[in-house]
Amino acid sequence: EMEDKVVSPEKVEEAKLKARYPHLGSKPGGSDLLRKRLQKGQKYFDSGDYNMAKAKMKNKQLPTATTEKAEVTGDHIPTPQDLPQRKPSLVASKLAG
Amino acid sequence: ADIISTVEFNHSGELLATGDKGGRVVIFQQEPENKSQLQCRGEYNVYSTFQSHEPEFDYLKSLEIEEKINKIRWLPQKNAAQFLLSTNDKTIKLWKISERDKRPEGYNLKEEDGRYRDPSTVTTLRVPVFRPMDLMVEASPRRVFANAHTYHINSISVNSDYETYLSADDLRVNLWHLEITDRSFNIVDIKPANMEELTEVITAAEFHPNQCNTFVYSSSKGTIRLCDMRESALCDKHSKLFEEPEDPSNRSFFSEIISSISDVKFSHNGRYMMTRDYLSVKIWDLNMESRPVETYQVHEYLRSKLCSLYENDCIFDKFECCWNGSDSVVMTGSYNNFFRMFDRGQKKDVTLEASRESSKPRAVLKPRKVCAGGKRKKDEISVDSLDFNKKILHTAWHPQENIIAVATTNNLYIFQDKLN
Repeated sequence: EMEDKVVSPEKVEEAKLKARYPHLGSKPGGSDLLRKRLQKGQKYFDSGDYNMAKAKMKNKQLPTATTEKAEVTGDHIPTPQDLPQRKPSLVASKLAG
Repeated sequence: ADIISTVEFNHSGELLATGDKGGRVVIFQQEPENKSQLQCRGEYNVYSTFQSHEPEFDYLKSLEIEEKINKIRWLPQKNAAQFLLSTNDKTIKLWKISERDKRPEGYNLKEEDGRYRDPSTVTTLRVPVFRPMDLMVEASPRRVFANAHTYHINSISVNSDYETYLSADDLRVNLWHLEITDRSFNIVDIKPANMEELTEVITAAEFHPNQCNTFVYSSSKGTIRLCDMRESALCDKHSKLFEEPEDPSNRSFFSEIISSISDVKFSHNGRYMMTRDYLSVKIWDLNMESRPVETYQVHEYLRSKLCSLYENDCIFDKFECCWNGSDSVVMTGSYNNFFRMFDRGQKKDVTLEASRESSKPRAVLKPRKVCAGGKRKKDEISVDSLDFNKKILHTAWHPQENIIAVATTNNLYIFQDKLN
């Protein structure tokens, strides 16, 4: 039976990760990671802004169908389609301690 | 919005449905066989396209609910129409797809374009008749099953009783009756009283193909629980627990993450089930809970890349798997638009690529090989050259023929085996 002198590739990768992120918790499958999974891809929006924008668009005759993403400025009410996808800010990054 | 998110053949294999990130369903239909053509099996052409789900907003939580179709499951055909269930994160819909190939003509009170005629101009009576028209395929929503899931729906599965189906999210599994939309029974609930104690989530669930009381659900910790609905109304206690023992000395930071099961599928004969975790496909005998009977490595060379795969989130990719009609071959996807097939009987496996560059129509696919390290042979691809953005997460196998559907990010490939 051969003595296991070779470190498994997984452990090598683990050492690499710990070297890059020393404060990484030792329990990766813990509730932080799971709660991040449960909230994956959530896009936040302001329903007030959205409904105001919808109402405004209904009243205004839109002469051109603007397909380019308009720069979100102060007097343009953003709609969910305009907003870039946000990373959820309430959940800590998986790499944070 | 064109990103394909699910692929599913219907029970006869004549229809193939795809769902995408934009909430659309596209159904392809196989053309009838043309004996004079070289390839004896018909091609698949677009049959119907419809918008299944729209983006919605949860005003209470200020969240957008994605319209992406997570899963499509066909109902067995009972009459001329076809039915399928499609689901996004929160709502399941039953769609009826029906054909119309004739229309009534010769009304007395209406013109052909629908305008009403002046009754005083009607001097004779005629009987309207049905005349043939160009085939029109219509999709209409027949049921909407909403508001039963707090978390994101990952699976739906039609029961073999053809009356009920289950839907599963991260923490709960619900049982529905296809006719009833205002009520759903919760049959599994793994939500802990204190969310801080959450250790695992449900990743997939499926009904047994012929035992209508049996279903399984898989978890992020690599376990599969088989439940019998006859035992109790709430199946929190499993009948069987399938888990492969782990060597504690091999445990690493990544162990639990790569053991998370991304898909579970019963074999057609109902004796086995297959699970897909990050690096492998496992076949389980339903009579043996202690370990799988077969394990196939999908891309073992990625084990030495786990650090970067964790950093770019690829380690969380959810690959699906599927059986062929006779349960002799299993298939799953990988990166670089590669997909893998494992022949259980002949103990052979092959890696193929779904890409426009590597395959012309009617050409035979060339097997691919990944070089894990050391000297790269000609035609081999080194691990570092793999494109991790080109992932094949969704594949489907025709229920009877050797025809497969493989979805890359934006394209659907349909392959069939070479006929003499």
